[in-house]
Amino acid sequence: MNKESKMMRWLNERYNLSLIEHFAEEKKVPHFRGSFWYYFGGVSLFLFIVQVVTGILLLMYYQPGAQTAYESVRFIVMKVQFGWLIRSIHSWSANLMILSVIIHMFSVYFTKAFRKPRELTWYSGFILLALCLTFGFSGYLLPWNTLSYFATKVGTEIVGVVPFVGKPVMEVLRNGSDVTTATLTRFFALHVAVLPALFTVILGVHLLFIQVQGISEPESWKYLPESKKSHIPFFPNFVLRDVLLWLIVLNVLAILAVYFPWELGHKAEPFAPAPIGIKPEWYFLFMFQSLRFFPPKLLGVDGEVLGISLFGLAGFLWFLVPFWDSKTSKGSRNRIVNYVGIGVVLYIIVFTVIGARAK
Amino acid sequence: MMDVPSTGKMSRRTFLDYFLGLSVVAWLAAVLYPIIDYFRVPPQTEAAPSSVVAGSVKDFKPNSGKVFRFGNEPAILVDTPDGKLEAFSAVCTHLQCTVQYRPDMQRIWCACHGGVYDLNGRNISGPPPRPLTGYKVAVKGDDIVVSKS
Repeated sequence: MNKESKMMRWLNERYNLSLIEHFAEEKKVPHFRGSFWYYFGGVSLFLFIVQVVTGILLLMYYQPGAQTAYESVRFIVMKVQFGWLIRSIHSWSANLMILSVIIHMFSVYFTKAFRKPRELTWYSGFILLALCLTFGFSGYLLPWNTLSYFATKVGTEIVGVVPFVGKPVMEVLRNGSDVTTATLTRFFALHVAVLPALFTVILGVHLLFIQVQGISEPESWKYLPESKKSHIPFFPNFVLRDVLLWLIVLNVLAILAVYFPWELGHKAEPFAPAPIGIKPEWYFLFMFQSLRFFPPKLLGVDGEVLGISLFGLAGFLWFLVPFWDSKTSKGSRNRIVNYVGIGVVLYIIVFTVIGARAK
Repeated sequence: MMDVPSTGKMSRRTFLDYFLGLSVVAWLAAVLYPIIDYFRVPPQTEAAPSSVVAGSVKDFKPNSGKVFRFGNEPAILVDTPDGKLEAFSAVCTHLQCTVQYRPDMQRIWCACHGGVYDLNGRNISGPPPRPLTGYKVAVKGDDIVVSKS
């Protein structure tokens, strides 16, 4: 008897691993033309793991504070062995993770995988996306550079514009009425403790839902006989393909981190004017650009209040798609969902491009 | 289990269920209240100055501007093309970015969303909904003293 099977027998006697084996053998993944999109959930998970690992490594040197935040990041980049690489991978993987999560969300939306009985998977996924964006926003401030300072000032002010609850929430976020180094402390706590804890729990719930219900079959399979449906085993076929894609993503990440290292910029100066050409991260660009187009007053309301309220409402309706699209779960086609989705994708792309090109 | 005939009175079991439920709610409130309150920022006692020296007359020339610290907020002093000194809060009324003077435009401009103000602080273009708060400017010796109106 070889060593491996001896160890397996030892574990099996104590923990009954055959249950897991049986589960992995039984689990199947639908295989069709659009099944490529299924892999973005796994890619997002992989990038989250990269975030956790590189984030812990950065924590070994990073020091929040007015005189230390920027200096400690500069120390990581300039002095620490491979510090530049770790920081660059952390920043690039954060951006790729948000991109991957967005692609994952749209693929779930267009394949209508949010329909009954997977509503809670959609809701938990939407919360994960919101947490990802909060991760990005809070992490952006930590190097305490000029761009991050003004991005935080504008971003938290947007929260403050929300009627009734905005101002107190903004003050809690800023740890005061203005963005100061006190804000840095609060964002640091959020970024390294609160958000990872919340994210891990909700991610666990999200994955549990997927394991319990299995991966969603395409809408067109509803009336197909079982014999016509094509599946691949989750283990090892799907897992191996997933791992291969993870390796490709890791290579892309390495190329980006090495050839396009993330810039540190200039240290934040709270009493200097906002720098020319200031822009938020690409995933907030479409909202940023839209807010530039809103007039000062519209229908007697401040333009930014109206703009932010409209974005809030649109986000809420997007969150509620399993609720307002009752047709799909009953088996009939609902083209409105597709049109809304295409409209949203086009809007985001067009406004992101305009925002990126704007001077 | 035997059915208990309804007498209109609350059974001991129902009473205990309500009691336990309320206890849990009270316990949660007792735990969460201090945590939520902990996040509220205590009021700062630091007094905001009513006037500040923004710089020396010698440092300014017509068609230029300077952002300076006024208490906890940035303010802007503009030496207009006519050689007149004007001061305003440098906090953009749109989303609180810090504005700057653009000599090429002869206007006060916000880099964040492209808001434009004239040399009286009035919002004339872009998304800002209100004018900039104006301050008084006085020259005492070489010092330019800016004070809140």
